[in-house]
Amino acid sequence: MNLHRFANPARFLRIARVVAPVAGWIAFAALLAGAAFGLVLSPPDYQQSETVRIMYVHVPSAWLALQTYVAMAIAAAVALVWKHPLADLFVKAAAPVGAGFTLLCLVSGSFWGRPTWGAWWVWDARLTSMLVLFFLYVGYIALSGAFDDEERGRRAGTVLVLTGIVDVPIVKFSVEWWNTLHQPASVFRLGGPTIAAEMLWPLGLMVVGFTAFFVWIVCVRLETELLTRKLRARLENSPG
Amino acid sequence: MTERARDFFEMGGYALYVWPAWGLALVILGALALAAHRARQAARQALAESERA
Amino acid sequence: MSFVALVRRDLRLALRQGTDAFVSLLFFVLVLVLVPLAIGPEPQLLARVAPGLIWIAALLSVLLSLERMFQSEYEDGSLDQLALSGIPFALIVAAKVAAQWLTTGLPLLLAGPVLAAMLALPSHAQGVLLASLALGTPTLSLVGAIGAALVVGARRGGVLLALLVLPLYVPVLIFAAGAIDAAAAGLPARPHLLLLGGCLALSLPLAPLAAAAALKDALR
Repeated sequence: MNLHRFANPARFLRIARVVAPVAGWIAFAALLAGAAFGLVLSPPDYQQSETVRIMYVHVPSAWLALQTYVAMAIAAAVALVWKHPLADLFVKAAAPVGAGFTLLCLVSGSFWGRPTWGAWWVWDARLTSMLVLFFLYVGYIALSGAFDDEERGRRAGTVLVLTGIVDVPIVKFSVEWWNTLHQPASVFRLGGPTIAAEMLWPLGLMVVGFTAFFVWIVCVRLETELLTRKLRARLENSPG
Repeated sequence: MTERARDFFEMGGYALYVWPAWGLALVILGALALAAHRARQAARQALAESERA
Repeated sequence: MSFVALVRRDLRLALRQGTDAFVSLLFFVLVLVLVPLAIGPEPQLLARVAPGLIWIAALLSVLLSLERMFQSEYEDGSLDQLALSGIPFALIVAAKVAAQWLTTGLPLLLAGPVLAAMLALPSHAQGVLLASLALGTPTLSLVGAIGAALVVGARRGGVLLALLVLPLYVPVLIFAAGAIDAAAAGLPARPHLLLLGGCLALSLPLAPLAAAAALKDALR
C-alpha cells in the first residue's frame, strides 16, 4: 500500500470533511442511545445491582484509552520510519483525547471499585498499568509542548510514545508478578456471570459511540492543525 | 416526583457512584469536543480573514 | 575514536567537574538517612521498608544526574562536533551511558549494602540487593538516556525529565524491590532477578538507538 496516498493534506482535508460529520453524528446518536439503554432501559445486574451501569462508561473508556495509545504508537513508528507528514500530527491530535479516556477510565473505575470492592483504589496490575499509561499521555503532551520549535516537540514525542509502548506491557506483567507473590488470593476478580444480552446492548452502543467520537475529534483536531499551518505559511510568505 | 423518577435518580442507593461516573464522562467528552470545535472554528475564521485581506 | 576512548573522554569530563559525580551518591545517602528519622528507628519496620526505599532513593539519585547527560555538551557545541566525527550516534550515546553509569550507578553499588545494613535489612538479602543494583542501575541509566536526549533544549527540562522517565522506571522498581523483598522473606529471588536482567537485555540495544534518534532531532 502506498502510505503517501493520504499524505497530501488537501486530500486529507477533503476526506476529513466527509468523515468528520458522519462520525460526529454517529457518536452523538450512539452515545445518546447508549445512555438511554445504560441508565434506564437495561436491568440492574443481579449481583452488582445498579453499580453495573458504571461499566457502560468504564469499559469503553478503558478500551479506547488502550486503542488510542496503540494507534499513536503505530503512527509514531510510521512518522519515524517513513517520515509520513500526517503521522506525527495524528499522534499530537490523539494524545489529549487518549489522556481524557484514560482519566475517565481511572475515575469511573474508582467509583465502581468503591461499592463493589470496598476500596477506591487497589494496586493491582490493571489499575497500575492504566495509571502509568495516563502518565505517558501526560508526559507526551508536556514534552510535545516544551519546545519553541513545534516540529521538534512532535518528533521528540514520537520517540517517547514508542518507548512507552514497550513499557506498558512490562508494567502490567511486573505488577501481576508482584501481586501474585504478595497477595495470593485475588479478592478483586469481578468474575460475575457471563454478560447478559440486555447489558451487551448499551455496552456495544457506548463502544461504538466512543470510537466514533474519537474518529470525529481526531479529524477536527487534524483539520485545525492543517489550517493553522496553512495560515502560518501564508502569513510568512505575504510581504509586510 | 413520581416513584419511577425517584428510583431512577437513587440508582438503588448507588447514586453517589453511578452519577459521578456518568457525569464525568459527560464533562470529559464535552470539554474535549467543545475545545476541538472552538479551535477549528477559530482556525477557519482566521484563514478566511487572511484570504479576504 | 573507539568506544573505550569515548567512555574515557566522558569520564575525564565528569571527573574534571569534580563534585558533580558525587552529588547523586550523596543524595542517595541523605535520602536514606532521613528515613529512620521520619518513620522511627524500629528495626522490623525499617527492614520491611528498606528494599523499596533503597530503590526509590536509587531511582531519584540516577534521575538527578540525568539532566546533565547531554545538556552541557549540547550547549557548548561539542555534541555537534561528535556528530560530525562520523561515529555512529548510538555508539556515542552508549558511551555516554557507560560513563554516566560508572559515575552514578557504580557508587550506588558500593554504598547500597552499607545503607541496607543501617536500615536493618537481613544480611542474607544483601547478595540479592547487590545483584538487583548491578542489574537494575544500568537499565536506569539506559532508559534515562532516552529521556535526557528527549528534553535537550526543552523548556523546564528537569521537571519534564522526571515526568517522562519515572513512569518508564516502574518495572525496574517493582522487579528490583520485589527481588530484595523475596530474599528478605526467604523466598527465591531468582525469577525477579531474571526479569530485571530481561529489562536490561531489552534496553541495552534499544535505548541507545532511541536516544540517538532523539538526539539527532535535537541537533537538527
